[in-house]
Amino acid sequence: MIERDAPPARPARRLSFSWAGLVPFFLFSALFLGLPLAFLALGSIADNKTGAPTLANYGALTTPTVATAFRNSIEVSLVTAIVGGIFGFLLAVAVILGRLPRILRSALMTFSGVASNFAGIPLALAFTYALSAQGIVTLLIKGIGINIYAGGFTIFSKLGIEIVYLYFQFPLMVLIIAPAIDGLKPEWREAAENMGATGFQYWRRIALPILTPTLLGSMILLFGNSFGAQATAYQLTAGQVALVPLAIGNQISGDVLHNVGLGYAMAMGMVAVMGISIVGYTLLQRRSERWLR
Amino acid sequence: MSGGGPAIGSRAPGALESVATSSVAEDRPRRNWGSPWAWIIFLIGVLYFTVPLIATFIISMRAKPLFAGYTNSFADSRFLSSLTYSFVIGLITVVLSIALVVPTAYWVRLRAPRLRPFVEFVTLLPFVIPPVVLVFGLIRAYSRPPLPFTNTDIGSSALLVFAYIVLSLPYMYRSVDSGLRAIDIRTLTEAAQSMGAGWFTILVRIILPNLRVALLSGAFLSLAIVIGEFTMAVYLARPAFGPYLALLGANRTYEPAAVSLISFGVTWLAMIAIALIGRGSRTRIQVGGAH
Amino acid sequence: MTFLELTGVQKRFGDVNAVEDFNLAAQRGEFVSFLGPSGCGKTTTLRMIAGFELPTRGAIVIDDVDVTHRPPNQRNVGMVFQSYALFPNMTVAGNIGFGLKVRKRPKAQIDKRVKELLALIHLEDRGNRFPYQLSGGQQQRVALARALAFEPQVLLLDEPLSALDAKIRIVLRKEIRTIQRQLGITTVYVTHDQEEALSLSDRVVVMSEGRVEQIGAPADIYNFPATPFVASFVGTLNLLAAKVIDSGEGRISVDGQEIRSAKPITDAHDGSTVTIALRPESIELGEGGGVNRLRGVVEDASFLGSIVRIRVHLPESQTTLSLDTFNDPNLDPPAIDETVTLSFPREACLVIGSGPAPVVDVVAGA
Repeated sequence: MIERDAPPARPARRLSFSWAGLVPFFLFSALFLGLPLAFLALGSIADNKTGAPTLANYGALTTPTVATAFRNSIEVSLVTAIVGGIFGFLLAVAVILGRLPRILRSALMTFSGVASNFAGIPLALAFTYALSAQGIVTLLIKGIGINIYAGGFTIFSKLGIEIVYLYFQFPLMVLIIAPAIDGLKPEWREAAENMGATGFQYWRRIALPILTPTLLGSMILLFGNSFGAQATAYQLTAGQVALVPLAIGNQISGDVLHNVGLGYAMAMGMVAVMGISIVGYTLLQRRSERWLR
Repeated sequence: MSGGGPAIGSRAPGALESVATSSVAEDRPRRNWGSPWAWIIFLIGVLYFTVPLIATFIISMRAKPLFAGYTNSFADSRFLSSLTYSFVIGLITVVLSIALVVPTAYWVRLRAPRLRPFVEFVTLLPFVIPPVVLVFGLIRAYSRPPLPFTNTDIGSSALLVFAYIVLSLPYMYRSVDSGLRAIDIRTLTEAAQSMGAGWFTILVRIILPNLRVALLSGAFLSLAIVIGEFTMAVYLARPAFGPYLALLGANRTYEPAAVSLISFGVTWLAMIAIALIGRGSRTRIQVGGAH
Repeated sequence: MTFLELTGVQKRFGDVNAVEDFNLAAQRGEFVSFLGPSGCGKTTTLRMIAGFELPTRGAIVIDDVDVTHRPPNQRNVGMVFQSYALFPNMTVAGNIGFGLKVRKRPKAQIDKRVKELLALIHLEDRGNRFPYQLSGGQQQRVALARALAFEPQVLLLDEPLSALDAKIRIVLRKEIRTIQRQLGITTVYVTHDQEEALSLSDRVVVMSEGRVEQIGAPADIYNFPATPFVASFVGTLNLLAAKVIDSGEGRISVDGQEIRSAKPITDAHDGSTVTIALRPESIELGEGGGVNRLRGVVEDASFLGSIVRIRVHLPESQTTLSLDTFNDPNLDPPAIDETVTLSFPREACLVIGSGPAPVVDVVAGA
């Protein structure tokens, strides 16, 4: 390896030279991001048997089983994004602006860092222990006369998944929205009060409008986050509730459908949903940054 | 007309001497024990978050004798082996991530700022491609010649490492990038070069040591993600901690609760470590996601 | 007629008094400045008038109404913040009209008033812009219009020009004063820039470390400073230690040379040390400037454009005097190390404190 001389201080003129240092990175990305993606993309438009180009796989997305999976996934993600977004926002406001002891804020932030990662098997197990038919909470509530399972409720359902997913959606929202709430300058509130506004009027006319792009963007991110989650639902419902990630997982295991092309199409469908959600989030973030300059 | 002392205006008749309502005068003329609705929201949150954990704890203690759930777990050889496996995989992932990300972020900042949008786009891709889709594609791409990773154990494990590097790429890159932003790498580089150092020396002896906080924070997060990860490990049929936990959950009653609690506790410790490490600097707390 | 009155106002944070025993009676329509260095308590006092801080002691009365404990949104005072604090999600028109909207005025009335104010601040065609699209000076004018829109009783300004360029500052401060005169609104203006305070105000309150040092008209503050702090903070100043020879006749000795003070010395006896203040512009080179004489050695002569600032070293007391002379193209400034005679009239020599001269920067202000 020849050590180079001192390179020029300004950015290198020749484009090829500036590319050189990034080769390992792009190579790695191409191999382990690009190639898999390409396989999926190409496979999704190829016929299972002949390999000839076709859009049949995407057509198969409309079959009842798959359509149900998409519908369920979208519904679950929408519900957890909205509920998670609203309550997560309220939590963050409570802890930052609600004049609670300062230590509660750091505790919540640290906990949110943990809890947003506490998904998958342990989370599903935890809620099973709490809310299954023999769960601790179920029995506790039964003790005061309310039987939540009487009305047909079960934790192993779509509703159950929604309840469980909120465990990582709330913290994610708190973490994303906290900087935005910090960005609300106290002078704005003071100026509003100075001009005669009550707290309610301040929130309605100033704070909420300023926060809206970030709120929406965050909820979109939450949507994507929920859509892509697999392990939790896997453990919780063991395939009883059809969700897109679970269906794709079944494809990998070589299970029911024996239709690889369909699996590819579903995967691409997921990528499309996630892609749109990231784009939406980025655009809304830019918008709010422009205002807050 | 001379300036004597400060001019005192005439006192308004009946001017009051009022004392503040709170013992130590606070900024705002309001209560200082927190607004009630804030407490309500907070307590609801606390309730929601702690109940499942408490339930897990109770179940884990139901074994007879009392701590059997925990002792049995540790006695199970697969517990230790799967944990070790995941830990080792995690370490390798972290080391390789650093080796990949640091030179890249450095290069982008110093030599190729125009390529920044591309690089940042790539680091966003792991969000767009969820783990289940990524592992699907990886298996399809690498289960046949010319690169049959999945045919061998070593190959599959290697594939898992590469997959985890991808998964932790966004956090690693953002952490390192913000760490680099805080130090003036151009001047440091020029100073080092004027003393005769080459690229490798600069990176290893000058850049890396100054990134300690960013690297530790990214490393802890990646480690936490890897140890808890299930989807990719199970579809690559690896003896990792995630699949072990699933197996446990399917077969045993008390041990899964104990192990879940342990894993939760360890993750919390890692996060506290990150918070403590990052306290002096301005590294933002990295955000994990669902899996 | 006293319109805004602060009586015995004190603000305590922990065990530190940010503001101590603040008393002021401002007349209706008066323009009062709070002048002082950072941390002197001027902004805290302003915020107490606005209602964002609660006084630990004392009372604030506006138009005979005690507002000391009123929440800020019920005081009807308009405040212009240092950082402008324009609402980023509203247009200029929206910002200006906000106070009226909150008071539930009809839309037509709001629109009319907004238009009036846009004309007042010369931004008629910018009503639909957003704050981030305006320059600093424009944002500041909008902040002013916003504070005036709902016709407050008192106008408060917290260092409104500190973030702007020097040239814009001069233009804007004139505009602010013009508008204030036009509207006849009682105004409190906080600044650390003594030139601003002196040129704009009817009266100036000089503050230091939470206490009021002096209240008076600009000329009084400048020409007859009451304390060493005021003397050194406002305008450039020479502070010298002098020994009293004869207090009744005002004879004192500086650097071993005898001079006379403006007045008999009242609170120091013969033989003690006092501090005297000398304005640089009142000293002349040569013997023609007045009855007092001092000899010294030229240390430096700086050409400042229309003024030449000469520093003269007094050998025995090891102090340095600054004097300003007008630039005369026909005259050479004195050479370095040249011995010169300085002269100044008795009236220019003010005794402002007993004890040795405080260690303050001789050329402060400007």
